[in-house]
Amino acid sequence: MAENERLQAVFERDEPAFIPYLAAGDPDYEASKAYVEALARGGADVIELGLPFSEPIAEGPTIQNAIVRALESGMTPDRFFEFVEELDVDVPLVCMTYYNLIYQYGSEDGPRPFVEKAADVGLTGLVVPDLPAEEAGPLRAACDEFGLDLVFIVAPTTEGERLERMREQVSGYVYVQARLGTTGARDDVSDQTDESLARIDDWDVPKAVGFGIKEGEHAARIVRAGADGIIVGSALVDIVADGAKSDDSVEAVAERLERKARELKDGALAGAADSEPRPERT
Amino acid sequence: MSDTHAGKFGPYGGQYVPEALMPAIEELTDAYERYVLNNEDGFMDEFQDRLRDFGGRPIPLQYAEQLSERYDTDVYLKREDLLHGGAHKLNNALGQVLLAKYMGKERIIAETGAGQHGTATAMAAAHLDMPCEIYMGKTDINRQRPNVFRMRLNGAEVNPVTVGRGTLKEAISETMRDWATTVENTHYVIGSVVGPAPFPQMVRDFQSVISEEARHQIEEQAGRLPDSVVACAGGGSNTMGAFANFVEDDGAERSSAEKSSGDEPRDRVDLIAVEAGGSSLAVDEESGVAPNSATLSTGHEGVLHGARTKLLQDSDGQIMESHSVSAGLDYAGVGPELAHLVDEGRVTPANVDDDAALEAFHRLSQEEGIIPALETAHAFAYLHENPDAVGDVTIVNVSGRGDKDLETVIEETEKRDLDVDVDMSIFEGAM
Repeated sequence: MAENERLQAVFERDEPAFIPYLAAGDPDYEASKAYVEALARGGADVIELGLPFSEPIAEGPTIQNAIVRALESGMTPDRFFEFVEELDVDVPLVCMTYYNLIYQYGSEDGPRPFVEKAADVGLTGLVVPDLPAEEAGPLRAACDEFGLDLVFIVAPTTEGERLERMREQVSGYVYVQARLGTTGARDDVSDQTDESLARIDDWDVPKAVGFGIKEGEHAARIVRAGADGIIVGSALVDIVADGAKSDDSVEAVAERLERKARELKDGALAGAADSEPRPERT
Repeated sequence: MSDTHAGKFGPYGGQYVPEALMPAIEELTDAYERYVLNNEDGFMDEFQDRLRDFGGRPIPLQYAEQLSERYDTDVYLKREDLLHGGAHKLNNALGQVLLAKYMGKERIIAETGAGQHGTATAMAAAHLDMPCEIYMGKTDINRQRPNVFRMRLNGAEVNPVTVGRGTLKEAISETMRDWATTVENTHYVIGSVVGPAPFPQMVRDFQSVISEEARHQIEEQAGRLPDSVVACAGGGSNTMGAFANFVEDDGAERSSAEKSSGDEPRDRVDLIAVEAGGSSLAVDEESGVAPNSATLSTGHEGVLHGARTKLLQDSDGQIMESHSVSAGLDYAGVGPELAHLVDEGRVTPANVDDDAALEAFHRLSQEEGIIPALETAHAFAYLHENPDAVGDVTIVNVSGRGDKDLETVIEETEKRDLDVDVDMSIFEGAM
């Protein structure tokens, strides 16, 4: 299975990865670019960029609204690829979107043209929340062909054979869903996280935990539980939404995002400092 | 039937859902096979008993005298409007709520467009003593108020969905989100032959009682199979229910073994799925609006709400806002099995526009004494426009009654110049 070297290099370092998410084009193209760049300055190790789809069934209200703002400001798959090309960031970028946009892209049916273009603009991987391992064959093949990682989500309900099927297909990192439900910031960190991490303890692929992480303290707690990375979306999208609502300057919102990113990254680092030294990854 | 164990119909179907839902879908697949297909613990016996006692089945197949004379063809009406609740929807809702009970689930959720599936689910949940929450788009809540009251009266919570245009598409997405959170104790009663496997085949199986009865009834009453079956299609549950037991009557030559035993070729029963042509078949890519719901005629392959099927979408793959005067047909997708049967040439897709459906609504009300649902009226509009296409004997599926649509019909009739003799002045100021 192809592994993207840039993504691999992130997890080979001896510190937990901070992986923020924003919807590309939220609330508009230019501001969104500034926001993504602010996350990189704030210490992001990988950035997940949402390519907005009209029916985001896995998202809670925060990211649904971000997707509506991005679509209304004219974001499309082609604009998204331009967006990625224009970004001035030095960290690996992963695209999070729904399968229909991947399937429809380009002149032929099927995921290959999308993946080819994604590789071409420098994306390192894909997360597709409505594509379980059972249906992922063609996309996995295209990702192998073009050197992209395909990240799968392990849910609290994923067990037994399903885990094995996913283990065979996943690359880059595995996205550990911290609790049941849709995306969204929460005030607590679920015990389901520990159980989910324990179930995939012996997997070779790095484990990044997402869904509900809002504060540096959550990040620390999750890294202490054994995560190799933390994924944060809604807590950052909230900052973008507040900025859009109160019409704040792009600079002011970017600065808030950078600060929040720093808090989360520092939390993750603090969590790692409290933990046993991490075993060498082979 | 055309499905395989993997839940695929040709290239369509499958299971495109968030990972968190997959274990529930596997659990449901297992329960479907055990209880529905193999009648474990007498599930199907109890289902049929309840359909009889609570639902009122069997439902008559009625010869329509006036329509038969008008169109010079024998028109038979499968009167699903007489099923408890006033639409075919109870067949599926009762089956799924009962199945949820057999599976040990404690809570029922469902989406609804026109409100017919929501009311059927609310009734079935009350009947079987299960707590029930219904998601319904804000637009649909406004145009289908009587059904909202009925759901509340049956004790269901009705959760308004305000994102997007607030119709069926958004309600399905929102119900899936609820399910992703509550999957361990909750069953999602999907309302049509859509969604991830096994829903399309399971809903078809619960609805196929329509054609199972109709087939016996027409043989008894007309002494033959019909030349055609006509049903309206949104997601396609009444359509698949009305077609299921006629799909194999494809007029094909029999196998050589059958031939040598002297059998005649099979009879051919044409299956006609009538979609909402809305106000126009043209599409406005810029605004993402298709002013129709004619997915089978104009859509193309994609992935939505758990299945690969035909969709109304723009060239990027964003899902379009569909439109129909009838809320129950207003959906950008269609059941994967129907999409496949259309590709195979077994089902003929057709569509009629809003005006034709309204005219058919009035015509059926005046001439046969049956006030049909606006969804159902589309099937009758097809018959009116194509009386020569249905052969000598046809069955039209009366998928539901129109009480829920009275406000819409009065409003929409007033603003149009319809080709039927109807005086709406008596209603002025009544709304």
